Amino acid sequence: MPEALSASALVKRYGAALALDGVDLSVAPGELVGLLGPNGAGKSTLTKIACGLVRPTSGTAHVCGAPAGSAAARRALGYLAELFRFPDWCSADEVLALHQRLAGSDGGEAERAELLSLVGLAHAREVRVAAMSKGMQQRLGIAQALVGDPRLVLLDEPTSALDPVGRRTVRDLLESLRARGVGVLLNSHLLSEVELVCDRVAIIDHGSVVAAGRPSELARPRGVEVETAAGKRVFAEAGRDDAPRIVSELVAAGEPVYGVRVLTSTLEDVYLEAVGE
Amino acid sequence: MSSALVVVGYALRESLRRRVFLVVLVLTAGFLGLYWLGAREAFDDTSGFATGVENVVDTRAFTGATIFGMAMFATLFLGIVLVIFLTLSVVRGDAERGLLQPLVVRPLGRSTLLLARWGGATAVSSLYVLVVYFAALLITKSAGDWTPDHVVGPALALTGGVAAVAALSLLGSVYLSTTANGIAIFMLFGAGLTAGLLGSIGNALENDTLEDVAAVASWALPFEALYQAGLHALISETTGLTGVILQLGPFGVANGASNAIVPWTLVYVGLVLGAAVWAFGRRDL
Repeated sequence: MPEALSASALVKRYGAALALDGVDLSVAPGELVGLLGPNGAGKSTLTKIACGLVRPTSGTAHVCGAPAGSAAARRALGYLAELFRFPDWCSADEVLALHQRLAGSDGGEAERAELLSLVGLAHAREVRVAAMSKGMQQRLGIAQALVGDPRLVLLDEPTSALDPVGRRTVRDLLESLRARGVGVLLNSHLLSEVELVCDRVAIIDHGSVVAAGRPSELARPRGVEVETAAGKRVFAEAGRDDAPRIVSELVAAGEPVYGVRVLTSTLEDVYLEAVGE
Repeated sequence: MSSALVVVGYALRESLRRRVFLVVLVLTAGFLGLYWLGAREAFDDTSGFATGVENVVDTRAFTGATIFGMAMFATLFLGIVLVIFLTLSVVRGDAERGLLQPLVVRPLGRSTLLLARWGGATAVSSLYVLVVYFAALLITKSAGDWTPDHVVGPALALTGGVAAVAALSLLGSVYLSTTANGIAIFMLFGAGLTAGLLGSIGNALENDTLEDVAAVASWALPFEALYQAGLHALISETTGLTGVILQLGPFGVANGASNAIVPWTLVYVGLVLGAAVWAFGRRDL
């Protein structure tokens, strides 16, 4: 089975500005990949190339084996743009019906009802977009991206307007997509969310991938923290294997130990280090 | 094809929901009401003028052709307003608002989307132009018992003009923001009309320069040539002093358009749409 998304040596220039500088990235079927990076790093450009909105200057991108931008590639993907808007005169049901017809989906009313239910908008089927909050519109945008059972879903900041309950809903949704074998590229600034749900993470800065891997692989040991009567002490050079020795030495020295914690860097630490902050 | 129909249906539903058609209907009813009043009064008044010159000037033809020529201008103007507002933001305007991207990533393709928007806008505006044209024709007939020398040709010329402006507006929408495109297309329309008027003046004065300007403009902006051809067809078989006076009037045209104007308009629309599709296909969104 081909990769849900494979990008190779992608370069994109906007005039003199270099948005992507030779990016390689892949998303396997059923894999959730998080795309991180500061504003202007090239994340949205990469996502737009994958869905055919932007043409690369050089390099290639394929969606489920078809060249990005081709009809076959567009049939295989669902996309939620960072900045999007639906016609404000449409109801939620009408938006999904329009996209069903454009995507060639024969899911009918059952698919629309299921999608609205998945994003927590079952009650808002007849509500017009003009009457929706930003969060409701974002939920509708996610539902729209899932019309037609796509094999690859590209989500550009899908939770930026959502409250904590909405974010939880999206996390559950992403996990159900993974279980169904759908590849997901999640472009987000919310590192904690990415860390929670993504199988792999790629950090982009100035158009290049500066770090990539599983969140656990990216995390680095940052010492061992021990809580004694004198307070918390950090043994910065120590690792997990050093913890028993440190505890026994402290106890032998007459210091009672109340707690031990092996410290690793968070995704935020990795991110900040990767982008040079 | 089915995707194109979906896009056409989407555009029509948008116009219905946004009450574009309702507003157009109300204002058109107002226009036709005023036209009926004006036509009735004009025919009543000019029937009195004819007493001494009845055998020299056909006052009914003079009045009918003049006011119906005015109605043709108003019909074209209203049709152009409608088609410009239906197309001026199709690409860049909708992309800037974030409306376009969710549609473009669907399998229908950019060319289908663009051509469907052109087809929908042209169909609606052409139908509108035909309805207003034939309504004005019936009013003129009932008010003064006058009909133009040719009925169908001028109507088709107006629809051709609308189709050409729709294509120009779509091409403009690829490059220009909504406001800039609207201004540009209205200015092109005005420039075309001005060139046509200069041509009529040049013809009356036998001024080659003005006639050349009008000729170039008619090829560059064929909606104007079609309008002029439609005006000419209204009175093309009216002879004698009546014919001469009408040709010199504000809505008179001395010469018909070249036979090549219809095929040229088809080629022109095809070229402009081809350029729009090409430019849209290369545009990053």
